[in-house]
Amino acid sequence: MRATTPAEDFVRGIWKENPVLVQLLGLCPALAVTNTVANSIAMGLATFFVLVGSSLLVSTFKKVIPHEVRISAYILIIATFVTIADLVLAAVVPLIHKELGAFIALIVVNCMILGRQEAFASKRPIGRALLDAVGTGVGFMIAMLMMGTFREVLGNGSILGVPLFGDNFEPWVIFILPPGGFLTLGFILLAFGWWQERKSDTARIRQWPHGVATPSREEAA
Amino acid sequence: MKELPQVSPDVLETADAGAAREAGGGGPTAPPERPATSSARLVATLAAAGALAGLVIVLVFGWANPKIQAHRAEVLRQAIQEVLNGPESVRTYYVVDGALSESPVPGADTINAERIHLGLDDAGEPVGYAITGQEPGFQDMILVIFGYDAETDRVLAMKVLESKETPGLGDKIFKDTSFVAEFRGAAAPLEGVKSGAGSGVENEVDMITGATISSRTVIEIINNRIEALGPMLDESGS
Repeated sequence: MRATTPAEDFVRGIWKENPVLVQLLGLCPALAVTNTVANSIAMGLATFFVLVGSSLLVSTFKKVIPHEVRISAYILIIATFVTIADLVLAAVVPLIHKELGAFIALIVVNCMILGRQEAFASKRPIGRALLDAVGTGVGFMIAMLMMGTFREVLGNGSILGVPLFGDNFEPWVIFILPPGGFLTLGFILLAFGWWQERKSDTARIRQWPHGVATPSREEAA
Repeated sequence: MKELPQVSPDVLETADAGAAREAGGGGPTAPPERPATSSARLVATLAAAGALAGLVIVLVFGWANPKIQAHRAEVLRQAIQEVLNGPESVRTYYVVDGALSESPVPGADTINAERIHLGLDDAGEPVGYAITGQEPGFQDMILVIFGYDAETDRVLAMKVLESKETPGLGDKIFKDTSFVAEFRGAAAPLEGVKSGAGSGVENEVDMITGATISSRTVIEIINNRIEALGPMLDESGS
């Protein structure tokens, strides 16, 4: 396993290994509550808080938690942070809390968060775990915002509730309904995959002169 | 050949930490066999963590709960003003053993007790009751508050307090202002009719196309609550 630099730990989750767009983790909230930009932001922030908080605690107590019960301990820590987020949202922004409903409680079973604890926070120093959690949380928020903007603009003709088009715009209602979540995610993954493939093609063409068969990564190695 | 997006070993490690490290070669080797931890220590760790987590949650709850309750009371107060067309003052009655009472049953939970609110105008005359009711709609429970004038047997206005109905379809029960306006001054018991098919009778409410179940639920909630509470309201109104 290659050692990583702190900067790599931070940037990795934002783009190259974006939890939603590349690892396809945390899809439940990404599909369910991205029907408006405001909901996406609130969900992104709540998940960010839970992820950073639990990574910090898991990394701090990694020596104390016995190996046999580590998953239960992680879930306990995550669930505590989720309950706190739930109560704080209900007290501070009751309207958004009402919109998000049961999906806040479901952050507990977001595999993106548990995955970062088991794969990273439980094995690294606190600083690295924090960087990784912040990076992954920002990456998650970017993905949520992409979906939320796409869906609200097409499905409701507005951003953050502010109408963008005139009265003649007929909202594409399917995009704020559940099927719209799947369609949007599909379109975004398509664009993402196309962009990545094109990038790797360009890299290969630069390395090899024209007319030379490009070897695959395994052959080149 | 297509390249798959590269995912660093960190991500894959979850599945099989030991194997991944050995395959990687040159990196840190697999951790040595761990001695089994005693059950007492496992239980103690989880118990301590659970107790701490509970303490933190209780502290946060103590801070958040007053705000949540205050918000709920404020929403209810505004809704009462809305469905009774802005009464001068509001008197709250508790429903105790099939009759209205000014004070709740001693020791009962005053927040969740069944109550209705009587609005009075500036001369102290009753303008109507604000009544809440809930029933399952298309997705989840729909909680409705409506103003009801017991003397003329009419609904004053309706407002949906809580619903998780389908965005774009069922949520028209509170987003569609013409549907909400249908309830103003409608005579009880209400009868839902297909949009545009009404014959102009006063108890007809045009239902929403595409949200039949949601709009029918709202109508039924109001009818059921009037039927259940009507006799009590007539008594105390006279």
